[in-house]
Amino acid sequence: MIESYIPILLIIGIAVIFGVVSINLSWLLGPQRPYREKHSTYESGVDPVSTAHYRFSVKYYMVALSFIVFDIEVVFMYPWAVQFRELGWTGFVVMSVFIVVLAVGFIYELKKGALQWD
Amino acid sequence: MVPIHYYLILSAVMFITGVVGVLTRRNAIIIFMCIELMLNSVNLTFVAFSAYLGNETGQMFVFFIMAVAAAEAAVGLAIVIALFRNRQTVNINDVNILRW
Amino acid sequence: MMEQLLTDSLNTAPITGMVILSLIVVMINALKKEPLATEYWVSLVGIVINIGLAVWVFPERGTAFSGSVMTGGYASVTAIIFLTAAALTIMLARVYIDKIGANFGEFFHLILFVTTGMMSFAAGLDLLVTFVGLELMSIPLYVLAGITRRNLKATEAALKYFLLGAFSTGFFVYGIGLIYGMTGTTKILDIAQNINAYSSEPLFMVGAGLMLVGFAFKVGAVPFHMWVPDVYEGSPTMVSAFMSTGVKAAAFSALLLVFTATFDFMHSSINTVVAVLSVASMVIGNIVALSQKNFKRMLAYSSIAHAGYMLIGITAGGGVSIAGVLFYLVAYMLTNLGAFGIASFIENSDQTGTDIDDFRGLYQRHPALAVILGVFMFSLIGLPPFAGFFGKYYIFVAAIENGYTWLTIVGVITSMISVYYYLRVVVVMFFQPEGEQVQTARFGREGAFALAVAAAGVLLIGVFPSVVLDWVSALF
Repeated sequence: MIESYIPILLIIGIAVIFGVVSINLSWLLGPQRPYREKHSTYESGVDPVSTAHYRFSVKYYMVALSFIVFDIEVVFMYPWAVQFRELGWTGFVVMSVFIVVLAVGFIYELKKGALQWD
Repeated sequence: MVPIHYYLILSAVMFITGVVGVLTRRNAIIIFMCIELMLNSVNLTFVAFSAYLGNETGQMFVFFIMAVAAAEAAVGLAIVIALFRNRQTVNINDVNILRW
Repeated sequence: MMEQLLTDSLNTAPITGMVILSLIVVMINALKKEPLATEYWVSLVGIVINIGLAVWVFPERGTAFSGSVMTGGYASVTAIIFLTAAALTIMLARVYIDKIGANFGEFFHLILFVTTGMMSFAAGLDLLVTFVGLELMSIPLYVLAGITRRNLKATEAALKYFLLGAFSTGFFVYGIGLIYGMTGTTKILDIAQNINAYSSEPLFMVGAGLMLVGFAFKVGAVPFHMWVPDVYEGSPTMVSAFMSTGVKAAAFSALLLVFTATFDFMHSSINTVVAVLSVASMVIGNIVALSQKNFKRMLAYSSIAHAGYMLIGITAGGGVSIAGVLFYLVAYMLTNLGAFGIASFIENSDQTGTDIDDFRGLYQRHPALAVILGVFMFSLIGLPPFAGFFGKYYIFVAAIENGYTWLTIVGVITSMISVYYYLRVVVVMFFQPEGEQVQTARFGREGAFALAVAAAGVLLIGVFPSVVLDWVSALF
């Protein structure tokens, strides 16, 4: 019973070693020319100054929301892709219906300006 | 192979943790996360039964639960934002205009 | 395979039609500059066409999509109930949403999505379809409850409805999970074949019990009723109207289909639980309603009580009860939509002015509205010759036939209690002088027409109950 876990331990060990080595290796080998921008937490993001209750724009929320919804919908395409041949044209028609429904949602979102940044 | 009971007990514990969280926490976001925990424990139940019975219906059901949970998250967080803009709070004890 | 797909889609025509209609209305909303009037008319005409489709597929009794959706018969009848509720709602709400500043076109297509969800919820023969239908019904309703997003009460109602609705979904779907684990399938008909063997499995019964909790939340039965008064009071009035009629009808239709018609828990512990829920709902709903000052909140408690009456029918079981509950749903739908509709007509633009005192002197200002509201109140009490009377009558008869005389007695006693608070509204309307703040009712032609339809329906069904009874009898 215990023996069967040895490969898992081995993998954990390798993962830890790989992580430690690769991070330190890049630190050793890479050129170090720091400047202020480079030291900021998110180099091309929002400056994380002020309190943790910082109010950020609701636009981020719109992006996150679209992401969750469309991300999850893709889940339904994987089974179809795996069984593509077996399902044949019926599967194709059914998935087309699904994609049309998604597209309607997407057009609605686009036209309502939910994806416009300014 | 891990026996099915273990999965079922784990998912029941997760489910009850979620229920207790919903009933005791006062922050709307945390309550919502507890509800997500409940739904995920249900996913675990379905996957465990599906593997045990050797039948794919359970896994299919999990996809639908995930999709529904995503839709619920989108709508729920929007409602929380609308409420926050009106009240500057998401504590459900402060949300108490409607009383008899 | 392809032909099968096409036949199945045609046999479930009302649902397919509603999906297409919802998508069309969404596109109108997205692409047209001034979409409101177009959306309204397309929705209305589309719903009427779908009612026609439901009547057309009525004889096609059977199943579609490899036994996961019901066609014809019961599915058609319930679809007609939901579609009628949706049509009346959007007609009554036409002026109202303008008044309260919710005249986004979204109102219409959200109502259409909810209706699609209700139809799949009530026609699902696979617990997967039931679940997805339930969610398709609930999620747009969370949005509708808070559609006036700057209104404090409405957003609060939306949050409460969302949190408790999602909570109940958790129970519902966990119940499905356990049932699936015990039976290895989610097809209701397959489970029903071996129901006697499963009934002795504790986990199966726990699963059924958890599903019952989910249903009880949706119908608003005590002790799962906490959200009902808050949500009905806080949401825009016509949304509450749609919730109290359509959603309740959908939840009861699905409950009838799963628990009474197929699983048939007639002599199990589940039935005792339903009886307890029923008694608790009738007693608590009616007694708490006595002390309410707000009309919408009073109707919310009254709707809890009515859920109790309908649960008597679920307890009694059998064909007569199914017909009785469906009849009750039709009667309650017309009556309550009308009552909420009148409240929405006299409401202020900031969604206040729905206290019972605001109805003072309504008879002097709008005699017709006062008389019609009186009719609805008498129908809710259950007095002949109005629709509510036969609703209660058929359910009580079914209960007595199946040996639940004690439930009937509780029902009759609590109905007598309810006379007090319904009649108070009538007294206030007819005999009390107007207050200082006089609200003029605004409803427009569509609203007047829908109200007339509802009132005529209440009278017609009350005088000739066979009009509806013939449709809802012998569905199984």
